[in-house]
Amino acid sequence: MGLTAFSTGFEVARNRTEDFDDSEKKIIALAGNPNVGKSTVFNALTGLKQHTGNWPGKTVESARGEYTHQKNDYVVYDLPGTYSIMASSAEEEVARDFICFYPHDLTVVVIDATCIERNLNLVLQILEANPKTLVCLNLIDEAKRNGITIDIERLSQNLGCRVIATNARDGKGLDALKKAISSLTESDGAIISYSPVSYKPYIQRAVDCLLPYCAKLSAGKLNASWLALKILDFDESFNISLKIHLNENNIDETLLDKAVQAARTYLEDNNIDENTLHDDIVSQIVLHAEELYLSCVQRTSAAKSSSRKIDKYVLSKSVGIPLMILLMCVVFYLTITGANYPSELLSALFGKIETVLLAFFVRLNAPSWLTSMLVEGVWRTLGWVVSVMLPPMAIFFPLFTLLEDMGYLPRIAFMLDPYFKKAGAHGKQALTTMMGFGCNACGVIGCRIIDSPRERLIATLTNCFVPCNGKFPAMIAIITLFFTPASLASGVSTALSALLLTALILLGIFITFGASKLLSKTLLKGVSSSFVLELPPYRKPQVGKVIVRSIFDRTLFVLGRAVMVAAPAGLIIWLLSNLTVGGASLLTHAAGFLDPFARVIGLDGIILLAFILGFPANEIVIPLIVMGYMAQGALTEISTMQLGTILVQNGWTWITALCVLLFSLLHFPCATTMLTIKKETGSVKWTLAAFFIPLLAGIIICFAVNMIATQFIF
Amino acid sequence: MKQPLTALAEGEICKVNSLLTEGILRRRMLDLGLVEGTYILALHIGRKREIAAYLIRGAVIALRKEDAERIIITNISKYL
Repeated sequence: MGLTAFSTGFEVARNRTEDFDDSEKKIIALAGNPNVGKSTVFNALTGLKQHTGNWPGKTVESARGEYTHQKNDYVVYDLPGTYSIMASSAEEEVARDFICFYPHDLTVVVIDATCIERNLNLVLQILEANPKTLVCLNLIDEAKRNGITIDIERLSQNLGCRVIATNARDGKGLDALKKAISSLTESDGAIISYSPVSYKPYIQRAVDCLLPYCAKLSAGKLNASWLALKILDFDESFNISLKIHLNENNIDETLLDKAVQAARTYLEDNNIDENTLHDDIVSQIVLHAEELYLSCVQRTSAAKSSSRKIDKYVLSKSVGIPLMILLMCVVFYLTITGANYPSELLSALFGKIETVLLAFFVRLNAPSWLTSMLVEGVWRTLGWVVSVMLPPMAIFFPLFTLLEDMGYLPRIAFMLDPYFKKAGAHGKQALTTMMGFGCNACGVIGCRIIDSPRERLIATLTNCFVPCNGKFPAMIAIITLFFTPASLASGVSTALSALLLTALILLGIFITFGASKLLSKTLLKGVSSSFVLELPPYRKPQVGKVIVRSIFDRTLFVLGRAVMVAAPAGLIIWLLSNLTVGGASLLTHAAGFLDPFARVIGLDGIILLAFILGFPANEIVIPLIVMGYMAQGALTEISTMQLGTILVQNGWTWITALCVLLFSLLHFPCATTMLTIKKETGSVKWTLAAFFIPLLAGIIICFAVNMIATQFIF
Repeated sequence: MKQPLTALAEGEICKVNSLLTEGILRRRMLDLGLVEGTYILALHIGRKREIAAYLIRGAVIALRKEDAERIIITNISKYL
């Protein structure tokens, strides 16, 4: 990844914060390892006064929130969850640059009381950088349950900073936290003196070479020896951020460069290379953390974490994968069956509003073409997309987020990683693929969890090989109409449809593996990068919060984008079906033009055109087909039975149905997904690749199926 | 005896001797606390030993075979 000055976290942190006026407020940075309940603390502090977005130029999520405590205003920046601030990923860069260069009043490090030792590593690094730090010891109740006793007073003494115990999910300790924040931001005197990590003598000597300059650079805001250490630690991205910082403050680099040279020569003379130096720095911090841990934490030996007992089964060869498949089946079942009723309600609601709108336009004496265009074109398409899309998403995402909140998702990545590795991909792609079942756009955003760029691209490009919620209703309808004989008992035919749908899904997953493998051997050649995955302890999910968050963060977000594309699409569809040239609508002309090619891949002109016009949202493909066949000017709702009759009248055979199913699984991603891919990859080339790879696969497979079926079976 | 981490069986514990990794992966491993002398307990060995979950400084971390092979360990013994 080419690092330019502008892609560094420092630039990012500055741009990020320029949008807001924080001059009168105290600025708090919230740091911590992933999975320590940092966002719970953030939510508990700031409530709904939040603003989420990205750190500009980075696909790293950012959140900023505000709260008022005793008439003082506080701004909290939720930094990305990281294990260290030694910058081995974009997240760490953002966190590090904020802590180092962005003026703030206090850093609150949230740590997991059940995993103190590893968490202290980050605390020590941050304390080293800037002693204006407060430790929030979260999940204290869980630690107690696991037989972990923590001497908080002693920990605070030995660390040299305030430690506040909290259990943020039930609000415990939050008042104390707010009080501590306010006292630490008001006066410097409240900070207990921090006793620094003692490094090996040679490191100390090298640091001494730089100290005079670093003292000037840090201007009392950062710890000078830490700054010197970072400069020496061969961290390119840090040095870039530092240079920007220097230029902004008109500090001459040349003196510093000279001092760095002197220190480097000293290290070389003593045969210290990059690895040795870094190992020694980190070892000292890790061992210091271990010492602190041993002196302040006691575990009763009998208490073994319940997570490990659960994992014995969940990760086992015999139970693990069947359990996972079962859970996913339950999620899909609840999504598909549970969405029907609210979908009907919404659709009825949109219908009612449509009547009102019509009456309104009539009263305005609007020309009938305008009324038809806006109401039957724009409004009806919009209503259709929302009522078909919203309910399944509002069910799927909360369920998925529940599994996430419980800590189950990393276990799925663990179990499926061997398969994804074979395809040259990342185990976490299992998770993005599953999110793709809900919505490919969400799946694509989810690819951020994969930290290596190559594997992330593979996951992004292959995400749409699994059908999203929007495709399921059409698939189910076609399967029921063409592949389950009407003579069967209803229970049997439902089971048969479910089985066929599963087969189709499995085909999608199979193609995902194939395409990933192909990509990793061709366009995205390279060695699989490293895979470090934490399996956090299982936690009782916070059901209420999960539902609210997943609806706000995922469902409404996707819906918003979908609405943005559905409205103009409704307009275009209306124009195509209502403007006539030579006695036939543009739609008919276009379908006629596409027909010869479409026949080759087992479809017909109308079907292919419906897929093209369905680019904004896959939900409208079937209604578009019906509209085309009936030569109507607007989308109309009909029953499954009527649908079957219309399709058969228009020459559908089981081959057509099969090809439609396959093409539905394999064609270009919807407009929302394309927009998201463009935003996430920032590249036109990869966005186009994401468009053509599944399309080509679809054309080839449909062509082959059509040829084989027509040549050999009939 | 020095061995790669992949030699560790489920329920066995060992000590880190050295890392054969470079660059970012080395930094990541150090961030997890994998410095010389750190104890590692193998919790779950996955399918075909391709992936395994280890207890490292109180956290459960999964590593692929390729990465675990480059962690050199000593003092293997049974835990519990």
